[in-house]
Amino acid sequence: MSELLGHYNYWIVIVLMMTGFYTVIARPNLIKKIIGLFIFQTSVFILFISMAKIEGGTAPIIEAGISVYSNPLPHVLILTAIVVSLATTALGLALVVRIRQAYGTIDEDDIQVQDEED
Amino acid sequence: MEYLIDIVLLGLLMITGFAIVRMRSLLAVAMLTSIYSLLSASLFVVLDAVDVALTEAAIGAGISTILLLAAVALTTDEEQAPRHTPLLPLIVVITTGAALIYGTVDMPHYGDPASPVHRHVAATYLHDTPGEIGVPNVVTSVLASYRGYDTLGEVTVIFTAGAGVLALLGYRTRRRNSRGPGNRKLVVLRVIAKLFFPLILLFALYIQFHGDYGPGGGFQAGVIFATGFILYALAFGLGNAQRVIPHRMLHIMMAVGVLIYASVGIESMLLGGKFLEYRVLAEDPVTGQHLGIMLIELGVGITVAAVMLIIYYGFVSQQRSGDM
Amino acid sequence: MLLSNLPALQVIIPLVSAPLCMLLRNPRHAWACALFTSWLVLGMAVMLAQRVYTAGTLSYAIGAWATPWGIEYRVDMAGALMVLVIAIIGALVMPYAWHSIQEELHKKQTGLFYTCYLLCLTGLLGIVVTGDAFNLFVFLEISSLSSYVLISLGSKRRALTAAYQYLVMGTIGATFILISIGLLYMITGTLNMADLAQRLPDVADTRTIRVAFAFMTVGVSIKLALFPLHIWLPNAYTFAPSVVTAFMAATATKVGVYVLLRFFFTVFGFHFSFVAMHVGEILMLLAVAAILVASLVAVFQDNVKRMLAYSSVAQIGYIILGISLASAAGVSAGMLHLFNHALIKCALFLAIGSIYLRLGSVEIHNMHGLARQMPWTMAAFVAGGLSLIGIPLTAGFISKWYLVSAALTAGYWPLAVLVLVSSLLALIYIWRVVEAAYFHVPAADMHRVREAPASMLIPAWLLIGANIYIGIDAGLIINIAQQGAAVLVGQMP
Repeated sequence: MSELLGHYNYWIVIVLMMTGFYTVIARPNLIKKIIGLFIFQTSVFILFISMAKIEGGTAPIIEAGISVYSNPLPHVLILTAIVVSLATTALGLALVVRIRQAYGTIDEDDIQVQDEED
Repeated sequence: MEYLIDIVLLGLLMITGFAIVRMRSLLAVAMLTSIYSLLSASLFVVLDAVDVALTEAAIGAGISTILLLAAVALTTDEEQAPRHTPLLPLIVVITTGAALIYGTVDMPHYGDPASPVHRHVAATYLHDTPGEIGVPNVVTSVLASYRGYDTLGEVTVIFTAGAGVLALLGYRTRRRNSRGPGNRKLVVLRVIAKLFFPLILLFALYIQFHGDYGPGGGFQAGVIFATGFILYALAFGLGNAQRVIPHRMLHIMMAVGVLIYASVGIESMLLGGKFLEYRVLAEDPVTGQHLGIMLIELGVGITVAAVMLIIYYGFVSQQRSGDM
Repeated sequence: MLLSNLPALQVIIPLVSAPLCMLLRNPRHAWACALFTSWLVLGMAVMLAQRVYTAGTLSYAIGAWATPWGIEYRVDMAGALMVLVIAIIGALVMPYAWHSIQEELHKKQTGLFYTCYLLCLTGLLGIVVTGDAFNLFVFLEISSLSSYVLISLGSKRRALTAAYQYLVMGTIGATFILISIGLLYMITGTLNMADLAQRLPDVADTRTIRVAFAFMTVGVSIKLALFPLHIWLPNAYTFAPSVVTAFMAATATKVGVYVLLRFFFTVFGFHFSFVAMHVGEILMLLAVAAILVASLVAVFQDNVKRMLAYSSVAQIGYIILGISLASAAGVSAGMLHLFNHALIKCALFLAIGSIYLRLGSVEIHNMHGLARQMPWTMAAFVAGGLSLIGIPLTAGFISKWYLVSAALTAGYWPLAVLVLVSSLLALIYIWRVVEAAYFHVPAADMHRVREAPASMLIPAWLLIGANIYIGIDAGLIINIAQQGAAVLVGQMP
């Protein structure tokens, strides 16, 4: 039982990650794929931050009278990762817009058909 | 009580996630993504990660949503039905998920204070920050000083995204006297935008400089700063926004931010220290730390604001009939 | 000041010149900035390699924070070899780029091209000199993001879809790597590679570490295009601008191999990776598949760039094959081939880029009789092709020799047969191009095709020259590769 309570957080996050991952690889719409990547990455962030939490702790801002703080290092890592995720999303969406201008569609299967005709 | 909020948020996240997979209207999916991001930010607050929550809210729920909406507006709203059976993707996903769950069995329990992550490196950061760096927000001290080089990499990533969107989408300057979209319809938006715009900019500056003492810092501030201008552009049209902040200025700001950051590091090398050694920047090492952190956060804020606006301009100027 | 801060400057100089390049409005100035920076990087790379060769592993604490609380730059012989590869290729590709980019890109995009190139250079260099796992991830993303942009600048619309496909797959790979780093941190509490190496043996028996290892392997395999995760590579190489293909074929996947080596040997350790997790056997299987399948597919390609792309997948198979042998000899053979293949493939792609510049096409059926019009370019292609096949007196022969002898020493004689068979396949696909260019009747308008300009011929021929030099006297480079391997497998029983 303590196993369950100790890890339920991680398991739910893994389900979220897999939802995003599935969206990336199973859906043919290019924008959906980018969204899937975004969900995947955001869920990884939740996983990281979950590991930083201490029971009975608080945000890592030093204040008199508080002795237990959450771990700041994963916070720093995830701040960087969020920015990287945004950069990827922006570039991916810019590519999608250009693809739409060039092909007239953003469905992966349609694009493949057009490429084979080329 | 905290666990209850935790479970509710996670449950909502799961529902949103599944809805995103299933829904076919891309506009709805874009909004659901924004909700997902906001729920994650709330979860981060519950998990005591306040800086991360602020960043996720600003970047994930804020900027990413704008970009998604712009992309959907420029492409199509409807997703076509998938033509292949999703058997292989399902197998891959289930295998990956199973591997991860297998990996969690040996993990330290959630919230366990005895887990390895809370000892070793992190404990030292919490212990040494007041003495060595002198800022209460340990996340800022780690981000800007101990691991300041990663943050330089992060600014470079943002810069790359800006350069990339520029290369891909370019920009088109709207005519200067363009009045923007139909005036009557947007009266309320314009009044509110005019009221909020200076408040947003002020808030951004507050976040920028208050990052040492509370959640905040260059990234969040830059994003919020850009949001102010995006709000202005939404209400008054891209042409007018480009009169306020022309493209050329954004180009320069984008590059200058990164250069400010790197030059702090180069300055410390010239003063005899290592790259990004803030201690040598002033007589007193702690003052040097403060100075170094302030300068680099400034560089970060400038680049992030400029890049967000450049990306926004890039997307929105693609519209043939501009009213975004 | 220069010498003591050299590891940091190696990455900072290109990082700073990227925004500077963006501020320059004139494309000519942007090119000059990129050229100057690339040569500066080469100079520093040579100095760095020299220092590591004589003084051993260099350690540099950024911000003067003691490791593991700060980020450490740690350059050993393997890292120095990688820095050299990246710097040499970068320095040679820049003079070539002047004509090639003018032809293939829109005028407005050229300035940004050089900016993104410098960012890619920064990212790649940052990966190979760092001693911190998360720092590696950040710079990996810098190089990946800039490569997506660089690839998308190709002239055909398929460049966009190729870049998109690479973006999706690359980001999945990067996210897997991030998950792995997170799991490692969760169990050990540190991000510094040397520190991880110290702490991991105590906790290596946990499921979490095994899963971390698996995710890292899969994530990096996507980046280095190991079969069957290589799907992004043929399209990306075919439709990217010629300069980009030449640069990336010689650096990006090689850096992926380096990351693999670093994590397998330095972080996880030889015993855990090869004995407990049996990664050697798995890699060997995939490498064999890569070599056979990719070489076979290459034979049937009409587009020479695509043919060379599949050939690259096969060559990466060779490198991984050497590593999978898990011996010092195998790893040094792999690293040797890594260096040589970078030289070979870059030269081949540069030659093809010249052909594209003058001919407007890289299809074999358009290249009939080309050798008469572009003798120097085709000669470079032939020389590179001979090295690819592994003819004696070329660099390719040297690395295949060492690979085969490492395989035989480990008792895997069928691998020697495999190398022979795949070399024959390489002979076939190279011959197809040579036959068309030298022995077919030229088309009516072929006489209008001129030879490539000197700025494009000289870099290709410098690489060929290096190839032949190594083919004759490979002493120095073998020494470096062996030292690099020795450092990596240092913990081997």
